[in-house]
Parts: sequence; C-alpha cells; structure tokens
Amino acid sequence: MTRELMKGNEAVAEAAIRAGLQAYFGYPITPQTELLEWMSRRMPELGRAFVQAESELAAINMVYGAACTGARVMTSSSSPGISLMMEGLSYIAGTEVPMVLVDVMRGGPGLGNIAPAQSDYNQIVHGGGHGDYYPIVLAPSSVQESIDLTVLAFDLAEKYRSIAVVLTDGSLGQMMEPAEMPAMQPLRTQFPDWAVSGCEGRERRILTSIYLDPPAEERTNLRLAARWQQVEANEIRYKEYFLDDADFVVVGYGSTGRVALSAVRAARAEGIKVGLLRPITVNPFPSQILDDLANRVQGMLVVEMSAGQMLEDVRMAVSRRIPVEFFGRLGGVVPFPDEIHNEIRRLVQGPLTTDGHPRDRWLRRMAAITGSPSVN
Amino acid sequence: MPVKGTIEVDESLCKGCELCVGACPQDVLELSLERLNAKGYHPAELKALGCTGCGICAVVCPEAAITVYREALVARKPA
Amino acid sequence: MAIPETESMQVVYSRPDSLVDVNTHYCPGCTHGVGHRLIAEVLDEMGLREKTIGVASVGCSVFAYNYFNFDWVQAPHGRAPAMATGVKRVYPDRIVLTYQGDGDLASIGMAEIVHAAARGENITVVFINNANYGMTGGQMAPTTLPGQKTTSSPAGRDVEQAGYPIRTAEMLSTLEGASYVVRRSLHDPKNIRMAKKALRLAFETQVRGMGFSMVELLSTCPTNWGLTPLQSLQWLEEKMVPYYPINDFKVAPAIAGLKV
Repeated sequence: MTRELMKGNEAVAEAAIRAGLQAYFGYPITPQTELLEWMSRRMPELGRAFVQAESELAAINMVYGAACTGARVMTSSSSPGISLMMEGLSYIAGTEVPMVLVDVMRGGPGLGNIAPAQSDYNQIVHGGGHGDYYPIVLAPSSVQESIDLTVLAFDLAEKYRSIAVVLTDGSLGQMMEPAEMPAMQPLRTQFPDWAVSGCEGRERRILTSIYLDPPAEERTNLRLAARWQQVEANEIRYKEYFLDDADFVVVGYGSTGRVALSAVRAARAEGIKVGLLRPITVNPFPSQILDDLANRVQGMLVVEMSAGQMLEDVRMAVSRRIPVEFFGRLGGVVPFPDEIHNEIRRLVQGPLTTDGHPRDRWLRRMAAITGSPSVN
Repeated sequence: MPVKGTIEVDESLCKGCELCVGACPQDVLELSLERLNAKGYHPAELKALGCTGCGICAVVCPEAAITVYREALVARKPA
Repeated sequence: MAIPETESMQVVYSRPDSLVDVNTHYCPGCTHGVGHRLIAEVLDEMGLREKTIGVASVGCSVFAYNYFNFDWVQAPHGRAPAMATGVKRVYPDRIVLTYQGDGDLASIGMAEIVHAAARGENITVVFINNANYGMTGGQMAPTTLPGQKTTSSPAGRDVEQAGYPIRTAEMLSTLEGASYVVRRSLHDPKNIRMAKKALRLAFETQVRGMGFSMVELLSTCPTNWGLTPLQSLQWLEEKMVPYYPINDFKVAPAIAGLKV
C-alpha cells in the first residue's frame, strides 16, 4: 500500500473500517468530528451501520446493543462527550462484551476548549465509570501509529472481551502526516457463543451486567480481574529511545512523548545522557521497565499535558528509589521541545530530591512561566 | 344447553390475586382459603359447576397460570 | 336437525411457549404479567420467538429476560431504545423489542425514545404506564396524576411545582418516524383483547419494515397504589383512563390497511 497524506481522525476511521468495523455510532464533538463525518460517508457506502446518535449517551448505548451481537463496533468522542459515556462503558465492561472507543482528548475540565490535552488519563485508565473494570488503553503518537493501534484495538477487545481505548488528543486528531493504510479485512460472519442473534436452533442467551446475589457479583469481578492479569502478562507495549546508557529518563506518551523525543535528541546532541520511555499501552502500564530503569538511572522527568496523572503511575513504579520530576502544560497548551529540553537540563543540573511532591515544585516553576499565582 | 368447560390452575404459579375471580362471568372461581401453595398464596380454583370455558379468566391472569378447556361440539348426523 | 353432542374437552387456552416456566417476581395482580403474556402469545402466533431479541430496561421488569424464552440484553436505565437501535442496525431482519416502564421511558429515557421514534427505528416498544416508579417503592413519575400521592409527593402531585403528567403516546405520535403509536389498557378482558391486537399490529409493523411502533399499556400497581388487585383495576379505569385516553394516535396508512 502506498503512503498518503492523511488527517489523524480520518485515518483512525478508515483504519477501523479496514479492520472490519460493522457498526459506528457517534456524535459530533470537536476535535474529533472528522471521524464521525468520515464514517457517515464510508459506512453507508459499504452497507454497514452508521447512526449519528442524539447524544454521546445514546451513542454508547447503541454501541452496547451492537456489541452484544459480537459485531465489531466502535464510537469516538472527546473529553466532555466521554464523560457522558462513562455509564455505558461501565455496563459494557460489566457485561463483558468487546468494543473500541476512540478518545480525542481536549482541554478541560468542563466545557474547556478544543485544543489538545491529556487530562483524561485518570478518567480512562483508572476507570471513570463505576466499578472495578479494566479497559485496554493504547496511546499512539503519530498518524501511522494511530492506524496501527486502531486495528490492534479491535483484536485485543475481542481477544479479551474487553473495552479497548485508542487514547489520542486534538493535535493527533487534526494533524496530517503520510501514512499507510492496511488492506480491507472482511466482516465477521461467525460470532462468539455468548452473542445474541435470535435463539434459532439453540438455547436462549442473556447478556446482562446485573448480579443481584453478591457472591455471584464477586465471582464476576474476580473473573474480570483474572482476565486483566492475562492482559498485563501479554499485552504491555512501549518504545525505548536512547535508554541503553541513559542517566536520566523522560517519560511521556502520545503527543507529549513525541515532543519529548525532539527534546531528548536535542539534549543528546549537547552530550546529555538522557533517554525516553514512551508507553504505548498506558493500561496495562509498563511498570516493570520503569522499575528496572529506577535501578540504574539518576532521575526521571515525566511530561504530560495535564497536572500530572500518569505521573502517579510512574512514581508508584519507581517507589521513591530515585527522584521523579514533572513538567506539564494544561488546558490545551502544547509544550514545545525547547521547554522540555530546559527541563532536562534542570534535571541534570540538580539538585534533585525524592522529598515532597514534584507537582508542587512544578507549580512554582509554572508561576514563573505563566505569571499565574501558585499556592506555595 | 350451555357449553361445558373447565379450567386447570397451575397452583405453583398462582399468586392468589383474584383477578380471575373478579372477571369470571359465571362466578365459579374463588381462592381456596384452606390451602396455600409453596409461595404462601391461596390458589384460585373452581368452586362450582357452570364453567363454560369462555377463557376470560385466562385473559386476565397475570401469571398465565390457567389452562382452559371447552367441550368440543360435534354435530350428530340425523338418524 | 343436527343435535350437539358432547365430545372430549379440548384445550382452548394454554400458557404460551415463549414464556419460561418459572414464577415471576411481580406482585400479585400486577398487570406486568398480563403484558408479558400478551407479548408471548403474539410472538408465538407469529412464529417469531427464535428471531426475537428483547431489550430489558430498569424497573420492576428489570428481570424480564428471565421470563421469556428468547435472547435478551439488559439496558441501563432509559437507554433501551438506543440499545435496541444498536442491535437492530446490526440485525435488521431480527425482531427487536424493548419493554419499559414510566421512569425508564418517560423520565430518564425520554431523549432516547423520542429519537428512536424520530429516526423511525424499526423496533417495537412496549411501554407499561402505571403512574409511579414501582421498583424503587412508589415515587412520583412523569405519569403520576395531579394530586396523586406517592412516596416523593406525599401531599399529592402539585402541578405548580412538578408540572403536569406527560402523555407520551400523543407526544411521540407527532413525529414523522413514528408509524404505529397507540395506547391501550390492561384493566378488563375487553381492553386486554384490544391490547393484544395492538401488540400484534405493532409487531406486524416491524416485520414489514414499516417503522417505529409503540404500544403504551395502562397498568396497575396494587402495592404502591395501596389497593387490592381488583380495586386497582377500578382505580385505573376511573382515574387513569380519563387522563390517558385509550386510542390510536398514529397509524400509518399502510398499517391501517393491514389485515391480520
């Protein structure tokens, strides 16, 4: 297949179609509306199901219904719309039916803005819906990776009867890059033995998330947890850059990971022995590699477009063995490589500490950068 | 001659709600107050002859607990 | 002249096949059971059991899927029409029904039902209207009558504060996408028979791909109304029917002409 210039949102949509997407239900919200619009043209062209629902709340429930048939189904949204989907996601997880969700994060909280952000990490990774459930969360950092991870998302969702999320942001959704699209997969014709389809020639099937008897609900929860252990054992993905001889490690995912890579390259050119760890699955989180790195590097810098959400998962993996510093931009502001480069220099210069919380130190620095007040 | 009919109440399903008793046009149903089913309800039963197999009890029964029988009428050829 | 002669007794009515042989959890005299039975009878008569996928909602009927002998999925509160849309768009040739109460359909789920009807989704909705929230213990519903006492309107529904009850069938009938929207009642044999015919027409609408069908069924709730089952039938007839007229509100011409 040849490489073409593609817009992130549209590339994700087409990738899903190539992966055998049978039904799409969504709602317009900036900065991902192009995905919906692409689907509105292509799905009917291919005789597949498309509905622009009356809300994200309705969309996720349409996905839930379709997912119960075992068909490949997805929806997409952005932060405020994703909040509306949390009920549906919890039900889908509780019913153990597979689906793919594309979350193109934007500035918040509340209505926020339409610029890129990563401030929904906790909502997605640590469960914005109620209950103990474990979505597989994939974080691309380029249009090509968005395509590849969208296809993977469907496979993983089905393999583990799980929700798989492709977690991007407004810049990845809007940017145009050369990328290659996979070949068209055929639609499923065989469906799993838990799927509903009308009980012709077989016993009836019921798909529900109700387990009124607490021990039965506990068994369900234990089943979900055991399945998650399988995912953790088999599906962790990340990318390492310049880590072999690194004294310092920058940790960043998605767009921020990409910007951080430019900063790391620039720092290396200066002779700083710094590397980058870019998680590709943020759930399951690559704790082990971070744990290994904590045994041999002098410090880490976590960079996010948030007030520090993945930061806590890194700190937990590192367990105060080494200093972990933080740099974030908020509310739709995207960091530039030179900002992160300056942070790397600051890290290298020291002194560093494992005392206190890196967020507090960062907020003080932010006061200087932005002129905003900081508490202490 | 009125048509003869009869009913069978599945007593394990009956909840003693009396909707059939109230609906029966022949007034031949009642709850059997000296019996309880396994769920603790007094099941409905025929109290008298006169059921015509009209099926109205089954139409109103929320538990679909009633099977209705009606005698089939066969015309005899004239001798 | 032919003389009638007695033969053996023949079964003229027995429990429908589409009902599972279990006790239901509904209160004695609750007409949910009649609604269930009519749906089962109609699906049996039309031979649709093996092609049907039900969407259960949240309310007293949350476990409806335990009582019918076909595939079911469980929707969050109010979302059944959206879930049904998802199922039907994947399987347009299956029969998809939702079974919802007043809270589920007319309160939290009002957006979903309006839009499913507006889109003309080819599903059948059975709407049980008993003027209160049964499962949670008898609170005020959008269908609770003015002055009606409930656990969350202990002084009676005050229309100044809570507004007037919603006539959902009438409201939905204004939508182009709605093809068959009617209200019937389950309070006496004649009305139950009419209800069955309406359900039959609703499923015929779906089978023929003629658009959105809904049958609103006025129903009793003896426990939360504080009445016996027989008294409840009377309360329904005297109080609910005048506010919620039993009528056809939208019958697409093609459906009006159907002979079933």
